[in-house]
Amino acid sequence: MLEIEIDGKQLAVEDGSTVMDAATQAGVYIPHFCYHKKLSIAASCRMCLVQVEKAPKPLPACATPVTAGMKVWTRSEAAIKAQKGVMEFLLINHPLDCPICDQGGECQLQDIAVGYGGVTSRYQEEKRVVFNKNLGPLVSTDMTRCINCTRCVRFTTEIAGEMELGQAFRGEHAEIMPFIEKTVDSELSGNIIDLCPVGALTSKPFRFSARTWEMSRRRAVSPHDSLGANLIVQTKHDVVMRVLPYENEELNECWLSDKDRFSYEGLNSDERLTTPQIKQGGEWKAVDWQTALEFVANGLAGVARDHGGEAIGALASPHATVEELFLLQKLTRGLGSGNVDFRLRQSDFRADAARAGAPWLGMKVAEVGELNRLLVIGSFLRKDNPLLAQRVRQAARRGLHVSVVGPTADDWLLPVRQRALVAPSAMVDSLGQIVVALAAEKGAEVDALLRDRLPAQAGDEARAIAASLASGRKVAVWLSNLAVQDRRAAELQQLANEIARLCGGRAGVIGEAANSVGGYLAAALPSAGGLDARGMLEQARKAYVVLGAEPDLDFANPALTRAALGTAQLVVALSAFDAESLREVADVMLPVAPFAETSGTFVNCEGRAQSFVAVARPQGDTRPAWKVLRVLGNLLALPGFDYQDSEAVRDEALAGDIATRLDNRVGEIAPFAVVPATCERVTDVPIHFADPLVRRAPALARSRDAAAPVARASAATLAALGVEAGARVRLAQEGGRVDLAIVADDGVAAGCVRVPAAHPATAGLGAMSGAISVERI
Amino acid sequence: MILAGCDGDRSWRLQDYLARGGYAALKKIVAEKIPQETIIAELKTSVLRGRGGAGFPTGLKWSFMPRSFPGDKYLACNSDEGEPGTFKDRDILRYNPHSVIEGMAIAAYAMGAARGYNYIHGEIFEIYQRFEEALEEARAAQLIGQNILGSDFSFELFAHHGYGAYICGEETALLESIEGKKGQPRFKPPFPASYGLYGKPTTINNTETFASVPFIMNMGGEGFLNLGKPNNGGMKLFSVSGHVNRPGNYEVPMGTPFAELLEMAGGMRGGRKLKAVIPGGSSAPVVPAGIMMDCTMDYDSISKAGSMLGSGAVIVMDETTCMVKALERLSYFYFEESCGQCTPCREGTGWLYRVVHRIEHGLGRPDDLDLLNSVTANIMGRTICALGDAASMPVQSFVKHFGDEFMYHIENKKCLVPPEVQYAGSQIYVSPSC
Ligand SMILES: Cc1cc2nc3c(=O)[nH]c(=O)nc-3n(C[C@H](O)[C@H](O)[C@H](O)COP(=O)(O)O)c2cc1C
Ligand code: SF4
Ligand code: SF4
Ligand code: FES
Repeated sequence: MLEIEIDGKQLAVEDGSTVMDAATQAGVYIPHFCYHKKLSIAASCRMCLVQVEKAPKPLPACATPVTAGMKVWTRSEAAIKAQKGVMEFLLINHPLDCPICDQGGECQLQDIAVGYGGVTSRYQEEKRVVFNKNLGPLVSTDMTRCINCTRCVRFTTEIAGEMELGQAFRGEHAEIMPFIEKTVDSELSGNIIDLCPVGALTSKPFRFSARTWEMSRRRAVSPHDSLGANLIVQTKHDVVMRVLPYENEELNECWLSDKDRFSYEGLNSDERLTTPQIKQGGEWKAVDWQTALEFVANGLAGVARDHGGEAIGALASPHATVEELFLLQKLTRGLGSGNVDFRLRQSDFRADAARAGAPWLGMKVAEVGELNRLLVIGSFLRKDNPLLAQRVRQAARRGLHVSVVGPTADDWLLPVRQRALVAPSAMVDSLGQIVVALAAEKGAEVDALLRDRLPAQAGDEARAIAASLASGRKVAVWLSNLAVQDRRAAELQQLANEIARLCGGRAGVIGEAANSVGGYLAAALPSAGGLDARGMLEQARKAYVVLGAEPDLDFANPALTRAALGTAQLVVALSAFDAESLREVADVMLPVAPFAETSGTFVNCEGRAQSFVAVARPQGDTRPAWKVLRVLGNLLALPGFDYQDSEAVRDEALAGDIATRLDNRVGEIAPFAVVPATCERVTDVPIHFADPLVRRAPALARSRDAAAPVARASAATLAALGVEAGARVRLAQEGGRVDLAIVADDGVAAGCVRVPAAHPATAGLGAMSGAISVERI
Repeated sequence: MILAGCDGDRSWRLQDYLARGGYAALKKIVAEKIPQETIIAELKTSVLRGRGGAGFPTGLKWSFMPRSFPGDKYLACNSDEGEPGTFKDRDILRYNPHSVIEGMAIAAYAMGAARGYNYIHGEIFEIYQRFEEALEEARAAQLIGQNILGSDFSFELFAHHGYGAYICGEETALLESIEGKKGQPRFKPPFPASYGLYGKPTTINNTETFASVPFIMNMGGEGFLNLGKPNNGGMKLFSVSGHVNRPGNYEVPMGTPFAELLEMAGGMRGGRKLKAVIPGGSSAPVVPAGIMMDCTMDYDSISKAGSMLGSGAVIVMDETTCMVKALERLSYFYFEESCGQCTPCREGTGWLYRVVHRIEHGLGRPDDLDLLNSVTANIMGRTICALGDAASMPVQSFVKHFGDEFMYHIENKKCLVPPEVQYAGSQIYVSPSC
């Protein structure tokens, strides 16, 4: 610790701190532009100049290391003079077009100019004009306003991992621009809007629609991935206008993924379902709530009476709230059915009977930075969970070694030290080899449950991964979406657990959705003897309740889902959107409130329950789903549906200590034989199609991540299949076929074809993993 | 010294250099395993000061390198020479490239550096090629490379050419440029001696600085110091340009009277009267004739006259010079060459240029001189690198010493020096309107 003095205040700061750090600690504000606590130091804007004892010149606080006994004055005459001098320079070429600038009212330049700027300008020469750049559908530019602080450049390079922006040209001609003919395509791109201290980078979807002071702001939690990013939702006249990050150092820090930031546009989509509707004689009719609810209650009661409760199945989205999931399972069980599930894209449920608790990340999100070895299994990490990927990226800069097992080798913009690029069906074997190698390396015994199922020996890749993990101090082994959705997810979990155990690390599951942990805690799971998400569709039920999901896009097997729902006697859909594939199969659609229009709770991947309130009034006749389910419970005269508010539901659902309910351990599971296939399907769920809300956000739909799906296979696989790169092919699986273009991508494991799910173009297909045939057309 | 005996047409060849006594110092050091400390002590005694502009004592700079640091260490030679008026380094490389190679090899030995780069200005490509040839010769003769002269001392030296940006001569911008990045100065600290090329300890010296090293080793630090005057050791190359009869490089002992240097350069062209001199490259403050004629050419004397010896580029201006126009040209240079990184320089250099340009074009305003002084004061000392200061000092000194000429321009919307007089001096047509 070093003793120093800032503006007469004595304080002790850590060695290696800068004057800016010390000032922050002392609660002293130093004006700044280029400095940002999460970015490297540029020391270029010069706004933070301060006076330091014995220094002949003012020094930039952001870059000046503190020394013992240093005396700093941030508001002395010399300091203020320097700061005002810099302010004048920043303003001479600035257009000062605040009245037409979207940043007005929330502009650092404007704010600091109030304190340090002159009343009139001494600059009477011509001002600089900089042409705007096309950065894509999300970020709008007014580059004449740019003050060249390079925050955006450093963000893309350091946080997003790819230098998508740079400062070209010299001197006064310096300009921030993307590479020629390129846009900014990072899934984190929206953060440069927040970082830009002026109105050079603003939100394309939001711009010109409201002033910051006209909007009310409320906290919320992202309904998308499992990180649980904290949001500030801004509304005007009950319409959500914009979403910004709410800083939470333990989760999203000060960042948001583009999905978190721009998905709100989907709330105002034309496809919103705003009145209850009933299908009569093949025609959809808008009805009042009373009619609709009675229809549903009578219908469900009728099926239960005629066919038994187990003829009813309930399928809910993992993006639904704890309260919704809890009431849905309660309702279903009340009707005498144990058929409830929220894991709609999963296909292996053998672990259910053997689970010790709810699968979770196995650690706090904030602890990712401390890891020094990590094995990620079956993942599209950057797209599955952009902010978790960002944390891994930062940790990798500090020495974290990342190894990967899985069928794809997408660029995560972070160094992957070892990679086993294997087909989904080979992942179990691959992890088994790692277990073998690790046990040898550590001289340890393998768990008895696994011993007989392991491969005889480990290959080079497995040994390299094992060696990397064995040398770690803080190790984690994560199963990501593709692994969890795999046909042998149970074995993968067992093996991941064993790998973690052998190297003294922690096993974890990243989780597909905002409430992937919460669904377990809310007991939205089949009862013993009940049917899971797959069973309910394979053994068609007479009636289904579908909450927040679309048959074509949110299930592991769209063909199977359509078939099962299509033949049911009654399908009740609770949905915020009037989706085509729901219209086809449902008999009644109840408009329920999406994100932002309902209170609720999500439990994120680290087991953190985060509750939120509604920030906008539900549109039209929409009602919060938890209220709808409560009324249904009442109409059906089921006990225990007399909740006053959603908090009461939450308290019941999450009673007790959540931490004690999280556990990734799995006991003995029945073996599963994989039928070998000539060609295997690898399925990703593209980030901007993953759930009903995000797929209706128009700006995101124009992003690179929302490009129309193509099939991908390695050049060698293409050759073996006898198709050319770029050709159109017919892809066929049990249950359906589609035509798609196929491209060469050597990042796909041999013998595999990668086909995205969650898109109408591929909804005609079957299961997300397993055999697929490819034929040229 | 450096250019002595380089009159023939093969002076750049290894054979010629050896004949002039070249590589004797390196051979001796390697053969006798002279301790690193001894070499650095000798340099300190010589009071060799950096020839790149800042005049920092070279021995001291070398002593900052963590010699015993086990990892990679680098050397960089700054041959970027972009400062208007300066054209000495290219002549050293053109006529005596081996002196630089030998100097760098000795430096590498003294600082334990295994790799060096000579960063050569992009617009003198034939000199870059000549240096590459010299490197080939030296490599073939085992004077650089692995196990130099059969010893266990190894030093790899490479030539690297820039693309002509002045800012790449600033030492940390030069390092960025070698690393393949945009040439922009780094904020210091950390200094290159601890965090330099690729983040490793690095020493950067000017071409002439390195070229002086073998001579110092041969004649001893004391001998070199005695060539010049106390605190201003040795010989120095002066690039004399402007209104003299014989512009060119003159290598003279430190402390040579300016009048003598002017004489060597053939005196004033057309016998005209001296008006002003910029004694150390375009970044140095201008000195009016009267003061200049009393100066000797060394760091201390020029600094007493309110300017800097800088890189030793002596720009001589006679009475036909319009000082407003001269400053306009200089300000344009800095405006164009600012890297654009830091606010005061990026925005300020354009402002300075536009105001001077306005004055020159008859659009000056009465308070423009105050404005210029105030803008320069707001730039100086507040930037990342010294380019901000370099852009400001000419403006301040021109306004200080030739304020009346500027005022005349502002009030009369034309030059104090009539266009026809300017034409007589420069043979460049000057429109009567300015
Ligand atoms: C804008 C700017 C340009 C510079 N250009 C050169 C140059 O062309 N050559 C040079 O040797 N030094 C140049 N310098 C000085 C170098 O930064 C550095 O001080 C010098 O190379 C150190 O070598 P020395 O100690 O041998 O002089 C420049 C400095 C600045 C600020
Ligand atoms: S665009 Fe904004 S963030 Fe980027 S350099 Fe300019 S002012 Fe800074
Ligand atoms: S002073 Fe000028 S040249 Fe130097 S770093 Fe700043 S902007 Fe670049
Ligand atoms: S904030 Fe310190 S220089 Fe920009």
